[in-house]
This record gives sequence, structure tokens and C-alpha cells, in this order.
Amino acid sequence: MSLTREDVTYVANLARLEFSEDQVTALADQLGAVLDYAETLSGLDTSKIKATEHVLAVQNVFRKDEIKPCLTNEEALANAPESEAGCFKVPRVME
Amino acid sequence: MEYEIVIGMEIHIELGTKTKIFCSCPTEFGQDENTHTCPVCLGMPGVLPVLNEKVVEYATRAGLALNCEIAHFSKMDRKNYFYPDLPKAYQTSQFDLPICTGGDVEIEVDGVKKDIGITRIHIEEDAGKLLHESADGTLLDVNRCGVPLIEIVTEPDLRSAEEARAFAEKVRNILEYTGVSDCKMEQGSMRFDVNLSIREKGSEVLGTRTEMKNLNSFRALIRAVQYESKRQIIEIKKGHTIIQETRKWDDTKGTSSSLRSKEEAHDYRYFPEPDLVPIVLEPEYIEKIKSELPELPEAKKQRYIDEYKLPEYDAGVLTTTGVTARFFEESVVLYNEPKQISNWMMVEIPPLLKEKELSMENITITPAQLVELLKLVKNNEISGNTGKEVLKEMFNTGKNPGDIVKEKGLAQMSDTGELEAIIEEIVSANPKSVEDIGAGNEKAYGFLTGQVMKATKGKANAQVANELIRTVVARHLA
Ligand SMILES: [Zn+2]
Repeated sequence: MSLTREDVTYVANLARLEFSEDQVTALADQLGAVLDYAETLSGLDTSKIKATEHVLAVQNVFRKDEIKPCLTNEEALANAPESEAGCFKVPRVME
Repeated sequence: MEYEIVIGMEIHIELGTKTKIFCSCPTEFGQDENTHTCPVCLGMPGVLPVLNEKVVEYATRAGLALNCEIAHFSKMDRKNYFYPDLPKAYQTSQFDLPICTGGDVEIEVDGVKKDIGITRIHIEEDAGKLLHESADGTLLDVNRCGVPLIEIVTEPDLRSAEEARAFAEKVRNILEYTGVSDCKMEQGSMRFDVNLSIREKGSEVLGTRTEMKNLNSFRALIRAVQYESKRQIIEIKKGHTIIQETRKWDDTKGTSSSLRSKEEAHDYRYFPEPDLVPIVLEPEYIEKIKSELPELPEAKKQRYIDEYKLPEYDAGVLTTTGVTARFFEESVVLYNEPKQISNWMMVEIPPLLKEKELSMENITITPAQLVELLKLVKNNEISGNTGKEVLKEMFNTGKNPGDIVKEKGLAQMSDTGELEAIIEEIVSANPKSVEDIGAGNEKAYGFLTGQVMKATKGKANAQVANELIRTVVARHLA
């Protein structure tokens, strides 16, 4: 098994996800299997292959520095579950 | 034991583009909340960011001005973390292939010159602004989200608060010259993070460092470095170990406090940004930008010394900011008296700016007006002291110096006939002084000069008056 329960809990915590003990065990199994399968690639000799920095063969797609109309304040906030004083409102953030 | 402070800095600078880094929303500062947004910078699903070409150009220009190598190939990455000022839950930044690497900046502290290494410069987007004004929550303004930033990362080459300040000022100076940013501290266009550790002097090993983020003034930078280095030295002397952590600097209290321990907070799980394609810069592009770089502060300073024969000190002061240098150069084109212009710009103008709460950026007089004033002084039409009064009046009213002199009747009396008549009167009225002079008491001249100045309301040309007084007194003694 390439993935431990601690790995799962750690990644879950980074993603702000909460799992039961059973779910952690199941995820360690399932994700571990996926990673093991991907490990197959490590068997290949890639010493003569250039590193892939990016999967897209396209490069240099740029935009001109020209202003276009924005959303109105009402439009921007239309989907917000909560808003106040023209702002998005989120649970209190402690610094 | 003697300790050494080791500092590395990260400087975030907002680039002065018209639009954001990945969308066409304006970057203007100080607008109503959430009025400069679009689906891209709001982080809506399914949108496609496109890189602003000016961001690449400005970052390249900044990199060249700071002596960096410009990468032939660089790419954008996602830096993942949760914080409500980041609608996407990741910041689009650059990880392993930044646009610039390996630069250096020379600083000078107490006459000692030193090179500070720049590890890298990368481009990224700014986050939104959290407003803690609501009673039961936190409010978010997304306007700043997606404003382009460059982050300059230094080597741990700095050894004191003064060096950190000198470096930050030099970088600001250079970048302001290149025009990539206005570097306005008060608008958050330039922010500093400080990594600081302490080690025994002479040691090659780095101590455990702490990080202080978002210092937004030179004063905060200096005070935070002083406080944190003292705190760490005290901890070490007590035999405590320094914990690697992020600390928050409270500029009002003048203290720092622990924010979070580093290991849990800094797993950003970077990966290449799939929505943005790599940036490939050809040597011709880089050369072109290099050829368009303006004269940088160091070169300008040298030119002022060589071309205008200014003392090194003057040249340094005049080239501190691009706007000051421009004001000087525009003045000197109109009037080839560099030293006189320099004196007035260094001595007379700063206190007036301070009084009016202005800076060279929004100074209310023009180079042409200053030059007109300096010519009046040079030609003895007004005295230097009157000139200072006129300058003040120019700041107050925006009027031209010539008009002020006329309106207030400040022109010097160089007409010897008129002046001689006044002097004759004064000398006749003060036989005691003439007697004293006759007896060898030169001080009595001072009294007579004072009387003449009083009678002419300070408008007498001092040199002409002094000569005339001597002539008239001699006549009386004869
Ligand atoms: Zn936008």
C-alpha cells in the first residue's frame, strides 16, 4: 500500500475535508490503488526524454492591456450567499 | 558571544498596468468595493484567464533593471491555500520556473557598498481585501484580486535593519525609474516580507528563521527587523530554540506575535496552471526591452556629477526619485545653473512640500516657475531672502514669481541714485556712527546697513548698499 491513513488525513485537512475512520480507510485503499497504478510509469526509462514542464504545446497566448467593462456591484454579488455594504460576506476571519 | 542578524526579503510590487493580470478589469486604486470585477477575477467556474502582455513586458523590464537573467521558458502555477481573500482558493503564481533569476542590487550603508543577491522574480496575482467592519462576519472586496504583482526574493544577504531599508529603497527607486510601478507604499503598491534569523558571528550555518509578512512602510520594516532580531537574541540567550513560524507585526504596538506554525500552513501543493500556457521569450524580445530601459539612478547620478559638475551628495539627492530627477532636468534645460537649481531643490523646496503635505509627485510649482525665480535672484532683482519668500508665495498661490515680485513691490533697489539719497539721509541722522567709524570701529557699519535695510523694507541690494554706505561715510569723514 503506497498511501497511509496519515497521508489521507493530512491531505484531507489541507483540503478542509472531514472523514470518518471508515472513510479514511476506504480512501487510503482506493487512492492508494490509483497511485500504485500510476507508479507503473516509473518503470519506463525516461533518461533520454525532455522533462514535460507543461502539457500544452501552445505558448505565448497574451491579451492586450485594454480595459473592458466590468460587472456591476449588483451583478458581482448576485450569487453570493451573503453580502453587506457592497461586499461579499464570509464567516468572521481571525488573523 | 556576538550575534549576527541574517535577513532575506520578499518584496511584492503591484505593476502599473491598466488592467489586471488575467482579465480586462481596471486596476485603479480606491474605487467602490466590488465594482472592478468580472467572472475571471471572481473565480467563477469555467472561465479562461489570459495573461496580460504588459505584465510580461514590465516583469522583464524590472528583471533587467535589477540585473537578472530573463528566462527563455517560464510558466504559471497554482499555489493552493484557503483564505477568503482568494476566491479561487488558489493564487496563480510561478513556482519552479520564474520569469527572472539571479540578479543583484548594490546598496550603501554608512559609506560601505555591498551587493545584495536577488534569487528570483516571479509574476503573480494580488488577493482581494478583507474588511473587518461587519458585526458578525468579514467583508470581502474583490477589486484588488488579480492586480498584477511581481515578487522579488533576495538571498539572505542583509545584515541589519539599515541594510534592509537601503535595499528596499534602492529597489523602489530603480522600479519607479523604469516605470513598471508607482511603488506607492500608502496604497499598498509595495509590501515587504522579512525572513530573519540569528547566528553566532562567523558561523556559516543559518539559524531557524521566522517570517513577518506585509510590512507596508519603511518605518514598519525597520522597526519589525529591530524588534524581531532583539526578540530572537533574547530567546537564544535564554537557551530557548527559535520556532520556525510566521509572525504578525503590529505597527501600532511595535511588537510581533506568532501567527501559525509553518509546517501546516505552507503545504501549497503547487502544480502547473492548466489554463495558462507557457511564456517563451526570445533573445530579440529581451534585447529590445533592454535597449528601451531608461537611464537608471546610478548612471544618472554619475552623469549629474560629470555633466553638471554637481557634488556627489547633490547628485545622490536629486536622483533619489524619478520625479525629482525629472524636475531637475527640466529646470536645467531652461536655465543652465545646475548648482543653483540643486541648492534650491535640496534646501528650500523640501520644507515647503512638507508644510503643504505635498511631495515631488504632486508639487504645485513647475520647473519653469522655479527657473524664473532663480533668474530674478541671480540677476539681483530680488535678494536670496526675498526669493525664499516669493517661493513660499508661489506654493501658496500658484502665481508666477515675476507677478508676485511686482504685486508686492519686492524688487531690489539697485538704482544707486535713489538708494544713495536714502543712505545720505541715514548717515546724516547718525553722526555718532560716523564718528565711531572714524575712530576705527567697523561695527558701526552694521548698524547703518541695518537702518538702510529697514528704510527700504529689505529691498536694497545688500552689496550695492554696502558700497554706497562706505562712499557716503567717507564723504562725511572727509
Ligand atoms: Zn476581472
